[in-house]
Amino acid sequence: MRNLINFFIRFYFFFLFVLLFSVSLILISRTHQHQRTLFLHSGNLIVGSVYKQVDHIQSYLSLKRVNEQLTNENTWLLHQTMASFMQKDQNEMVYHDTLYIRRFKYINAGVINNSVMYRNNFLTLDKGSNDGVEKDMGVITAEGVVGIVHNVSGHFSTVISLLHKDVQISVRLQKSNHIGTLSWEGGDYRTAVMSYIPSHVELSHGDTIVTSGFSTIFPQGIFIGTIGDYEIRRGDNFFTASVELALDFNRIANVFVVIDLMRQEIQVLEASNNR
Amino acid sequence: MKLNFIIRYTLLFIVLILLQAVIFNRIQFGGYVNPYVYLLFVLFLPVDVHGGILLFSAFFMGLVVDVFLDSPGMHAAATLCMAFARPAVIRLISVRSDFEPGTIPGIRNMGMTWIITYSMLLILVHHVVLFFLEIFRLDEFLSTIYRIFLSALFTLVFIILGFFIAGKSVDRG
Repeated sequence: MRNLINFFIRFYFFFLFVLLFSVSLILISRTHQHQRTLFLHSGNLIVGSVYKQVDHIQSYLSLKRVNEQLTNENTWLLHQTMASFMQKDQNEMVYHDTLYIRRFKYINAGVINNSVMYRNNFLTLDKGSNDGVEKDMGVITAEGVVGIVHNVSGHFSTVISLLHKDVQISVRLQKSNHIGTLSWEGGDYRTAVMSYIPSHVELSHGDTIVTSGFSTIFPQGIFIGTIGDYEIRRGDNFFTASVELALDFNRIANVFVVIDLMRQEIQVLEASNNR
Repeated sequence: MKLNFIIRYTLLFIVLILLQAVIFNRIQFGGYVNPYVYLLFVLFLPVDVHGGILLFSAFFMGLVVDVFLDSPGMHAAATLCMAFARPAVIRLISVRSDFEPGTIPGIRNMGMTWIITYSMLLILVHHVVLFFLEIFRLDEFLSTIYRIFLSALFTLVFIILGFFIAGKSVDRG
């Protein structure tokens, strides 16, 4: 027994290393299961408030660009209001008052932390569960899809960026409505990859890619980017195309969190298929 | 003396964490290269520091950086490996094997070549562990190696700069 203790004391450096290393491996593996410990993410209050202070200063530097972006967004919204339409047929008028019900709601949030240079990137937002943000909600901007809400605390939330190994988004070609899967294979943060496009589809450079809406995360028809190069990879029956993302992930300042009001209904219905 | 030691390193710890979180995590050379200046803390501990202190402080440093970067465990593991390799690296590259007790690595007492070799080797250990833990597979091997070297070079530049600044402040204090 005493020899054993002496042995441990003598090689304490090694054993301490092994112990601490296993602790960190456990932490990493827990992340991979997407069950983060309560305090070890940047949504927690102390780290969140540090980032918020920094962002407060930084946001002044990008005011010009944010203004530009908001003006674009306003123009786009103005296009869709009734005021920009003229009634053509005066004789007959149909009043659709029960034809539409609201499906999506949006919460606007500021980005207080962001990265693009890792293989797996996250963002931190300054809105949390107090503002109605929940896990697995989609995050978009006027320019494209940003990611999916991952963790939520009272005042902050973290978002898995589209630039993450485990994120795949269902998208479609606007031209022909063929669907595929969008993911990011590392490297340049301005290009992603769209895979599983059937080989009979006629692709061309510059085709528009939008979200398919086949989930309760993103509304359909949100612009993502355009097709760059495409090929059929060896041993594959599908096209794999590179997609030039419209959204510059390095410059995101404001985002919208998407709330799908029909989410529970759809999920309950779809879950009944599996039974 | 002992208290002075603790206060000084705690200050260094906080300053490096803030530098890393507020400034260096936002610098992105060429899209995805990020210098990790917080490693200076481990490099800057006295040569004969107690092994337990070395490992625990490195682990804790990595953990705090992890919290800021949303990567639980990765920086902790990488910094820990670096701390574990440190005594061996010092033994490997030092000509005279006995230092005065409490020697803090610096350009003046060790020389430029020693500091660069010492920093580069340990930064590489850190980066190799970190980047491979991050992708957790080998199929992007070459691009990962490329990223490791590029990132390590940038880190080295800032670390050497840190050694210069630290040397100046030691002269003054």
